[in-house]
This record gives sequence, structure tokens and C-alpha cells, in this order.
Amino acid sequence: MKRHWYDYLWIASALYLILGFFNIMFAWLGMLCFMIPLLIAVFGKSKAYCNRYCGRGQLFQLLGGKLKLSRNSEIPRFIKSKTFRYGFLIFFLAMFISMLFNTYLVFAGRELSHKVTLLWTFKLPWHWACHGTVFAPWVVQFAYGFYSIMLTSTLLGVVTMLLFKPRSWCVYCPMGTMTQLICKARNRKELN
Amino acid sequence: MAVVKARRKAIVDKNACVACGCCVKVCPRGAISVFKGVYAAVDIGKCIGCGKCKTACPASVIGIGEVQA
Ligand code: SF4
Ligand code: SF4
Ligand code: SF4
Repeated sequence: MKRHWYDYLWIASALYLILGFFNIMFAWLGMLCFMIPLLIAVFGKSKAYCNRYCGRGQLFQLLGGKLKLSRNSEIPRFIKSKTFRYGFLIFFLAMFISMLFNTYLVFAGRELSHKVTLLWTFKLPWHWACHGTVFAPWVVQFAYGFYSIMLTSTLLGVVTMLLFKPRSWCVYCPMGTMTQLICKARNRKELN
Repeated sequence: MAVVKARRKAIVDKNACVACGCCVKVCPRGAISVFKGVYAAVDIGKCIGCGKCKTACPASVIGIGEVQA
């Protein structure tokens, strides 16, 4: 099949994760993978982001497919159930809000924590990725919080890539679920 | 006697599809597409029932079955 420029966006996704080890401020770039899919869903009424551009999906496909790291077996029924997918989306949004609140607390004067929180539980020291004081503490705190979310979701995605099919993460990816719901709402008429 | 042709084609469980588009990327015939960002739809005329989409689908919501065409 013909290759397009957007078939290489997995490089950007991999680079993003790597850069976060060197300078946490790169985490802010992740806002692109939050804003673009939502804008495409709301204004383009499509899931072109998932279907074409998402580098994370491509990365999992590459690891699980080309590099054959995936067992390629069926995902458990409960993970693809609407209850789990919507539940995970709500949980994810709640964690996102809590991250924003933490950012606010630092804005309001609390001390900045130089840690990356994995799986919403494990706090890993990550001070080496923070350099100097050019940015306000809350800006740095947001970077740590955002990178924590990205690293956590990548970790979950890697585990389900290994266990099930390469792009298993896409079954319960909060962004995928959210854009599908937006498309449902935006295309109500055509769908009936 | 009229012969009813039955061919093996991809069938998507629309309600369970997550619209990720993995099936679209692997289809050699361009026979499957994500409709309005909500579910994958098969163009029965183009589908040859090869099953590549079924293998790729992370949600395992595609089956290959006889469809009258
Ligand atoms: S479901 Fe998530 S990971 Fe998969 S393609 Fe869509 S945005 Fe990317
Ligand atoms: S069965 Fe083969 S030809 Fe038919 S939609 Fe799936 S990948 Fe395409
Ligand atoms: S790969 Fe499966 S879940 Fe994804 S769009 Fe195709 S049919 Fe739907």
C-alpha cells in the first residue's frame, strides 16, 4: 500500500516520550494530541485523527505487528464493553481534572513537585528533566502532570499490545471513545 | 431455477465497533471505511472476504460470513 507522510507520525510519538526524559517542558507538546483529535471530531465530524494521523496507534501497530511483540489474541469481552470504555473515559477525565487542580495549587503557592506519577499511584523522581527557572512553577507542574498521563497511558497501551492485538489500546483509549461519541452526536441525522 | 449467489464477506458488529480504522489500513481492496467516525462499513461489492480486517481488528468485532450478493 502507498505510504503517506502521516504514516510516519509514530516517530513524533516516540520522540515525545523520549524528550520527556531530558526536558519535561516538552510535555506541553502533548496538548496537540489532545486538541487536534477533538477539533477534527467537532468540526470535521470524523475520526480522521484515529484513522490516519494518530502516531500512538501507529507505534503500537509497529511494535505489535512488524516487530511481532503482540500475542495477537482476542481482547477480553469486558474491555470492549461500553460500560468499561465509558467508565474508563470518566475515570481518565477525573484524573485529568485532578491534575489541573494540582497545577492550580502550585500556581497558588504550593511547592512544585519534580515527580512523574505512573498509574496514578507511583511517584518517580524526575528532577533531572527540569532545568532552571525560566518558567513559572505551575507551568512546570503542568508539564509533569501531563507527561505522567502520557507515560501512564503508553504503559497501559504497551501491556495490552503485548497481551492482545497490537492496537488494543484503541479499544479503550479515552480520546478514541470521546471522539467517537462526538461523531455520534455531530452526525445524528445521517446515522438514522 | 434461480441461483442465489452467496459469497463470503466481512460483517462488522456496528454496535461494538470502536471506529479506530485498523481494518481500513489493511484492506487490500479499499472495501471497508469508517462511516461518520462511528463504525466501519463494508462495501459488499468490493469485499473479497479475505479476512485481513478481521485479523487486524483490535476489538475483534468483524466476522467473515455468507452474505447474499
Ligand atoms: S483510539 Fe486513541 S490511540 Fe487509537 S488511534 Fe485513536 S487516539 Fe490514537
Ligand atoms: S475481508 Fe478483506 S476485502 Fe473484505 S473488507 Fe476485510 S480486508 Fe477488505
Ligand atoms: S478495526 Fe474493528 S473496531 Fe476498528 S474500525 Fe474496524 S471494525 Fe471497527
